Amino acid sequence: MALKLGLPSKGRLMEKTFDWFGAHGVTLTKTGSDREYSARVDGVKGLELVLLSAGEIPRELETGRIHLGVTGTDLVREKLAHWDQSVEELTPLGFGHADLVLAVPKAWVDVDSLDDLDAVAAAFRRRHGHRMRIATKYHRLVRDFLREHGVADYLLVDSQGATEGTVKNLTAEAIADITSTGETLRANHLKMLSDGVIHQSQATLFRSRKAVRDEAEMAAYRALSDRLRLG
Amino acid sequence: MSGNQALDAEIARLTAAFQAAGAQLVDLPVLQPAETLLDLYGEDIRARAYTTRDPLAGELMLRPDFTVPVVQMHMAGGADPARYAYAGKVFRTQELDSDRPPEHDQVGYELFDGANPIWADAEVFALFSDTLSGLHLRAATGDIGVLVAAVKGLSAPDSRKAALLRHIWRPRRFRSLLDRYSGRSQVPQARAALLARQALGEDVVAAAGPLIGLRSAEEIAERVALLAADAKEPPLSAAETDLLDQIVTLRETAPMALEHLRDIAVDLPAISPAVTRLEKRLNALAKRGIDVAALDFEGGYGRTSMEYYDGFVFGFYAAGRPDLPPVATGGRYDALTRALGGGKAIPAVGGVIRPSLVLQLRGAV
Repeated sequence: MALKLGLPSKGRLMEKTFDWFGAHGVTLTKTGSDREYSARVDGVKGLELVLLSAGEIPRELETGRIHLGVTGTDLVREKLAHWDQSVEELTPLGFGHADLVLAVPKAWVDVDSLDDLDAVAAAFRRRHGHRMRIATKYHRLVRDFLREHGVADYLLVDSQGATEGTVKNLTAEAIADITSTGETLRANHLKMLSDGVIHQSQATLFRSRKAVRDEAEMAAYRALSDRLRLG
Repeated sequence: MSGNQALDAEIARLTAAFQAAGAQLVDLPVLQPAETLLDLYGEDIRARAYTTRDPLAGELMLRPDFTVPVVQMHMAGGADPARYAYAGKVFRTQELDSDRPPEHDQVGYELFDGANPIWADAEVFALFSDTLSGLHLRAATGDIGVLVAAVKGLSAPDSRKAALLRHIWRPRRFRSLLDRYSGRSQVPQARAALLARQALGEDVVAAAGPLIGLRSAEEIAERVALLAADAKEPPLSAAETDLLDQIVTLRETAPMALEHLRDIAVDLPAISPAVTRLEKRLNALAKRGIDVAALDFEGGYGRTSMEYYDGFVFGFYAAGRPDLPPVATGGRYDALTRALGGGKAIPAVGGVIRPSLVLQLRGAV
């Protein structure tokens, strides 16, 4: 069987991934119509491309349905418990940089650090009768981070989009979201906590630890690994 | 006997022992309202408990422990004093510790008795000790009440004490608060700059631009004032923080620990009542036939468990098997009943045994 490589199926992430592989002597080309999710690979024999949503790639790697995959380290850590037991980071690709950060209203002049956030959470709960809400779609990363730093009395509320707007809409008091320049945070009157960087993500090539490889797949992996100089 | 039959027999033996001690056997629901558990334990519980959803009842969790259902059942009209026994499975996801089974049996005993907490502590510990005799277990004990009393006795403003008390069960944050209050860590730059601007008469809240969200300008101004007042507080003395350090790192046999705590009480008299309670408890345990001279006491014991014990705490461990979880754990959880009872505390002490571990160890003995 062929060695399966999962790649993001659209957008800039896909284009940059194609460019990165191209620069390493593995030419990827989309085939069929613009909207069809299929692609061809030249340069490595026995390698098959699978175009997927970047968010689905972690789980496909975990189950071993694909051998390799390109996605953000944030998505892998968020979607897989004990991620390092199911996948291995082969190489960062140097693009798709984004930080997962905790942010609060800019007007909270008394809040600069996690220390402050924790103290304010306690006071907020006393005053308002419910825990301080933090809107995010990165539940596991945020919870682990706050547990490690001993922050209490908060409540995670799910927000799958327009997270920066939740504070203004009174559905959250703080947010944890991806930012690359901080522009959206500023536009929404929010500011990052000085020690609130939860994770620094970038596009990364991962290998599934679960996927079994037959001889043909092993050969394809060696060929690809030589091309990419993975060592 | 097959494995299951042996386990059932052990569960029956433990349950019978608890009933013989006067407990009423109760059956408790597996499904718990998630909201109650989240309010009590915080978001951390989501990493440990299985969550499910009911179209009408909303979010539910498979019970991660028996504490909440026992307390709620008792509050719905239990007698005083009341003794309860129960047996059943608890469920914990493997996210944080993949080596532990996702479900395991527990047999528990809980005593609600406001009249004589010290005797109640001794009764529960002695019952567990008797029930587990012959397994060569090491018993560890502690008393969160001593640490709570020590914090309350610090020469610090109430706001600082309240912050420390809130984090008794989160040692890392407790430590960082202590470092700040004692001047071992510096005032963060951002805070110093804010307070400097405020001291010059600037309206720092208004100057920050549009305010969004539920938290009001009044709340922000209140905390700025609090920070300004706190900045004027003298640091906690090295002598006092050293005493706290001595308490949390104390590890000795119970009689030695008692001596040590009496010494500390000379410099920190606020802990004297708690030390006296510890002494009375040791006497009560001795009267119950416990060899207190062989009992371990750890000043920081019970600070990292999920149950938020706030008094006497104990655990029984298989000697030489640090790989195994404790065979039994328990303690006093008055504060937790206060949180569940809407401010009304019900003095309560209890614990659970893992019957599967009892079997495993008996096979090895």
